[in-house]
Amino acid sequence: MASTAPPLVGSSKPHPPITILKRARTDQPLSLTKFAKKTAKGRVLSVLRERYVRDDIPCGFSSCQSCSSFPNQRPVLPLKGYLGHTTLTSTCGHYLVIDTNIVLHQMDLLASLPNELPIILPSTTIRETRHRSLPLYNRLQQLIQDESKCVWVWWNEERRETATYQDEVEGKGESANDRNDRAIRKTLHFYTDHLKSSVNSPPLLVLLSDDKRNREIAQEEGLIAISTKDYVDGLNIQEREKLVDLVVGGVEELQSGEQRGKRIYDDYLPQDVLVAGVKTGRYHQGHFSANAYNYLEGTVNVPGLDKPVLLVGRENMNRSVQGDVVVIEIFPKSEWKAPGSEVLDQDDALKNDDAEDDEGAGLGDEEKKEEEEEKMDVEESTKRKPKDVLPTGKVVGVIKRNWRAYVCHIDRSSLSASSLTSLSQQTIFATPLSRTLPRIRLRTRQAPSLLDQKILVTIDSWSINSRYPDGHFVRSLGKVESKEAEQESLLLEYEVPYRPFGKAILDCLPLEGDDWKVPLKEEGDVIWRDREDLRDLIVCSIDPPACQDIDDALHARELPNGNIEAGVHIADVSHFVLPDNPMDSEAAARGTTVYLVDKRIDMLPALLGTNLCSLRPFVERLAFSVIWELTPEADIVNVRFTKSVISSKEAFTYEAAQNRKDDLSLNDPLTQSIRLLNSLAIKLKSKRMKAGALSLSSPELKIHLDSSESAEPIDVEQKHQRETNSLVEEFMLLANVSVASKIQETFPGTAVLRRHSPPPKTNFEALQDVLTKRKNMGLDVSSSGALARSLDACVDPNEPEFNTLVRIMATRCMLAAEYFCSGSVSKESYGHYGLASKIYTHFTSPIRRYADVLAHRQLAAAIGYSPLHPSLQSKAHVERVLTVVNRRHRLAQMAGRASVEFYVGLALKARGMAKGQGEEGENGWTREEGYVIRVFKNGLAVFVSSLGLEGLITLDKDTHTFNPEEYSLSFPSSSQTGQMSEIEVAVFDKVVVDVGIEKDVNTQRGKVKMVLVKPISSIGL
Amino acid sequence: MSSSRLEILNDGGLRHDARRPYELRSLSLLLSPHPTADGSATVTSGLTSVTVTIFGPREPRIRSSSSHDHVTLTVEVGVPPWSQQSGMKRTRGDRRLVEMGMSLKQSFEPVIMGNLYPRSEILINVQVLSSDGGILPTAINATTLALIDAGIPLLDYLTSISLGLHLTQPLLDLSQPEESDLPSLVVACLPASGKVTLAQMETRLHVDRFEEMLLVGVKGCGVIKMEMERVVKERTEGLVGRYKMGVKGEGE
Repeated sequence: MASTAPPLVGSSKPHPPITILKRARTDQPLSLTKFAKKTAKGRVLSVLRERYVRDDIPCGFSSCQSCSSFPNQRPVLPLKGYLGHTTLTSTCGHYLVIDTNIVLHQMDLLASLPNELPIILPSTTIRETRHRSLPLYNRLQQLIQDESKCVWVWWNEERRETATYQDEVEGKGESANDRNDRAIRKTLHFYTDHLKSSVNSPPLLVLLSDDKRNREIAQEEGLIAISTKDYVDGLNIQEREKLVDLVVGGVEELQSGEQRGKRIYDDYLPQDVLVAGVKTGRYHQGHFSANAYNYLEGTVNVPGLDKPVLLVGRENMNRSVQGDVVVIEIFPKSEWKAPGSEVLDQDDALKNDDAEDDEGAGLGDEEKKEEEEEKMDVEESTKRKPKDVLPTGKVVGVIKRNWRAYVCHIDRSSLSASSLTSLSQQTIFATPLSRTLPRIRLRTRQAPSLLDQKILVTIDSWSINSRYPDGHFVRSLGKVESKEAEQESLLLEYEVPYRPFGKAILDCLPLEGDDWKVPLKEEGDVIWRDREDLRDLIVCSIDPPACQDIDDALHARELPNGNIEAGVHIADVSHFVLPDNPMDSEAAARGTTVYLVDKRIDMLPALLGTNLCSLRPFVERLAFSVIWELTPEADIVNVRFTKSVISSKEAFTYEAAQNRKDDLSLNDPLTQSIRLLNSLAIKLKSKRMKAGALSLSSPELKIHLDSSESAEPIDVEQKHQRETNSLVEEFMLLANVSVASKIQETFPGTAVLRRHSPPPKTNFEALQDVLTKRKNMGLDVSSSGALARSLDACVDPNEPEFNTLVRIMATRCMLAAEYFCSGSVSKESYGHYGLASKIYTHFTSPIRRYADVLAHRQLAAAIGYSPLHPSLQSKAHVERVLTVVNRRHRLAQMAGRASVEFYVGLALKARGMAKGQGEEGENGWTREEGYVIRVFKNGLAVFVSSLGLEGLITLDKDTHTFNPEEYSLSFPSSSQTGQMSEIEVAVFDKVVVDVGIEKDVNTQRGKVKMVLVKPISSIGL
Repeated sequence: MSSSRLEILNDGGLRHDARRPYELRSLSLLLSPHPTADGSATVTSGLTSVTVTIFGPREPRIRSSSSHDHVTLTVEVGVPPWSQQSGMKRTRGDRRLVEMGMSLKQSFEPVIMGNLYPRSEILINVQVLSSDGGILPTAINATTLALIDAGIPLLDYLTSISLGLHLTQPLLDLSQPEESDLPSLVVACLPASGKVTLAQMETRLHVDRFEEMLLVGVKGCGVIKMEMERVVKERTEGLVGRYKMGVKGEGE
């Protein structure tokens, strides 16, 4: 070897020179910030902080002469400002300076202002936003980073000319808010002078603010200030059309109109009273969840109480919206109530409400009646079922609103006939897609064109005089029932991030793109370092048909000592996705890949997911392998983990693998390997079952699509389970368990694990009661094993589907599994209830789940392959990431289900079309068998397993009697002989229903509608 | 609450006090503020201010602790009551102060040419006048200047700096809020030779980042040395000038 110089000590990344700042004595008042801080113990500290005022903050003006050499100067602000305004006319256009209240209240407008409009954001605005609302701050950051917009951040507090300090204005007792306003005004003064020094006729500086006082002072000081409304009104006609509906009404306007009205709600208590109340135990805090079946009822789950707290009626729910963090006061025990058993649909009950109407004029009669009835219903059920009584209370305050943009339809009935064509501004109702949300009142000028559209609406405020929250229109998604609109609305409704991957993220991909290959094995190659060469192993993958992101492959072979070597090879995603780069952060934010019926929203860019990481057959791929030595009885002798290179020999579908295994004429190594795996899987499964694992059930459907292009669904069927499904599942479980114990052992504080807590026994009470009463069966819920056995015993020989039904209902009583950080809970609660495993994690699908990527990184560190990134050693960080992943995971599941539901609807419609006015059901409806799963006072919930649909059949009250103790409804019926007899319909009874899609007249929303056919026809009831 | 917390490094590349990552706080070096001591210096870095007074070399107060071939260093660290923040009372026996004294002693022992003063003692008294992060590096810098002021021979200026790591960006000369939020490292070194006499870290740091930080720290120490050298030379020039004036006056 040639002698090379030793690596230069003293060489580090290039960086700017190290300098010592000099703080002049004349900077004194600006350079010190003094404030008082209260400690947790209640002592007051006076804190003195230093601040340097700078002269080298760049201004962002493209032809600025003085700032050009400053660091981070970019020519963002053009020489000529925005010219498309009718009232702010200047030959050189204008720049907008944004006040904080604009960001806080008009974010939607701000985000859709024309791209060529230059915007200056003072850092005061950004800081105040960050302090007030983190979600808005994040949106603001997105806006700043958007390269198509001209947004310049001016660090006003850091630059000498625009820095401010408290008490600078003497004798006025300036509040923090006033000081911020002054800082923003100072920015305008600065820019006006600064631009003049470079060019002769600079653009105008315009302050956009909805704060009247700030505007007045600005005008006194000789600045131009304008409110949002006036600004948008003055824009050119095309822009105005687009933006006018995004303007939030303005606080003053709303107040003046509604001060006259009667109060409907109580005021919220002040925040400090709430916080103190929660601390002392006087109040309780929790997430509000509305009852989807009854809009006048809601519940709050409160830590410390094992039952949810019931809120009955509008006043007690006090303007809470699904998901808000609310503070409640619990009534004395004598006022506790049981939830009503009636279905109350807001759209029906309030269909006559006039949106234009001043609310205070008195509640509509209809509404009053409904409220009365609801109250009576609750009273009644309270009397009847004393044991169902829940703690009851009222909302006294809201800690945190969880408002976002909701997908809505315009309520047609809220438009008067004359206004169907008019373009004047009018107030209308928007009905959210989700049943748990109230209707939203909004003002728009384009109401007629929004009919039959899915639109996005955000809630702005909810005043005490109004029964409905006020909102504003964000944008239209497209025509109702068009596939694009439905798909997008689904993604929005479940908050699935579906933006295409940005440039920064795509820059993290390997440069070779699709041509990336595993390099030749050479001494010293980085990729081959510590990697085992498993290319000769007979590895294959088994997946659903048309699966593109193959993340697992398997192999098995007999060893000379009679034992069996089995291996699970998982795509080595952590090789491509490095910690803490933009791709990693995006994947962490997405959390999981979302599967809709006709679309997949990837967690990782497609290049990785479907090519470089995907363990496709006949090519070499990087893998992370778990290799066991198992006895023929499937006991683990030892296990090892290694990074590897594999080359899959075949990619099977479940069906193909099953056929290959069953085909006795084949005897090649690959087939033998599958048989070996299968025999082991059977033993593993029986062991797992013996240990008390549950086999639960949730309806899984498969949608047949015509072709991938037209995607008109043809039909629906339930998914088949094959032996090979279970084969893959067993080995994945085994790999996950092995990895979990390894990473837990190495990183006891921060290992990424998954657990499924045992459900509280009370969850099963209702189901147990129904089972005993209706079927004379019981459930033993003392342990998962006992539950599994008693579920097996729930068999009705006459009704083969009964067992599945019970399993589905039992599954609904369970808690959801979740990811957690091993250091944050005690070791006893690591367990996975459903799998009856002491420890579990997710390791096997890193392409589509982010938790797996973390597990990969930790395992790689555990086997000494690479050092663990510091973020994965911090418990707080892991917990934060997993909270996001858990939420995303839950929402992704819900989105997937909703997508299936939508397609089932389409399929039903298609089926109905095909049959036309068939003899089977009326109006082309499908006749199906279903089971009653819940009984209400005025309706039945029916589950149709062949369609995986749950539907509600509402009945008039007088037609039947409701026996809550027996979970049944009895209908009087006159048989043909004229004798009066009773027909009883109860929970678990098999019924025949007609299923169809009915378009709601008001909302244009396709609704699954069921009609009871047997044992009694509900038509006319 | 994350929303009310300090932003360590904002998108404009500025720290909470509007410094950029590689900028040190305003540094003022004052020699001989205590004429009664053999040597003294006050170093103020931002709002942190430390005064060091040197007594000696002199006969050791405790004879048993003296060494026959080497000078004994005694370090006392104190915080005057009026400069203490009401939140944290520090008395003389406080563990952190004792620890700081030990660090000072250990980093100066190899720098002072101790073999020139056998059987004697040098007393280093450190007083923290105000603190806003980086007490130890400021104390080391002040001690170096005070020793120079006392005329005790050193191998080189011993300078020190603290630095932290925000994500992957090293930040030099941490203030109090930064110090409590970031993993931080204190480096003291002899800039001429690049020898590091102290590298102290109380938090965990990824090993890959450590080397880079250490190198940046050594460079930072070099910058401080230049500043010190300038001040010392200026003062010496002044002294020489006055001396010459005195000599001239005598000759006339």
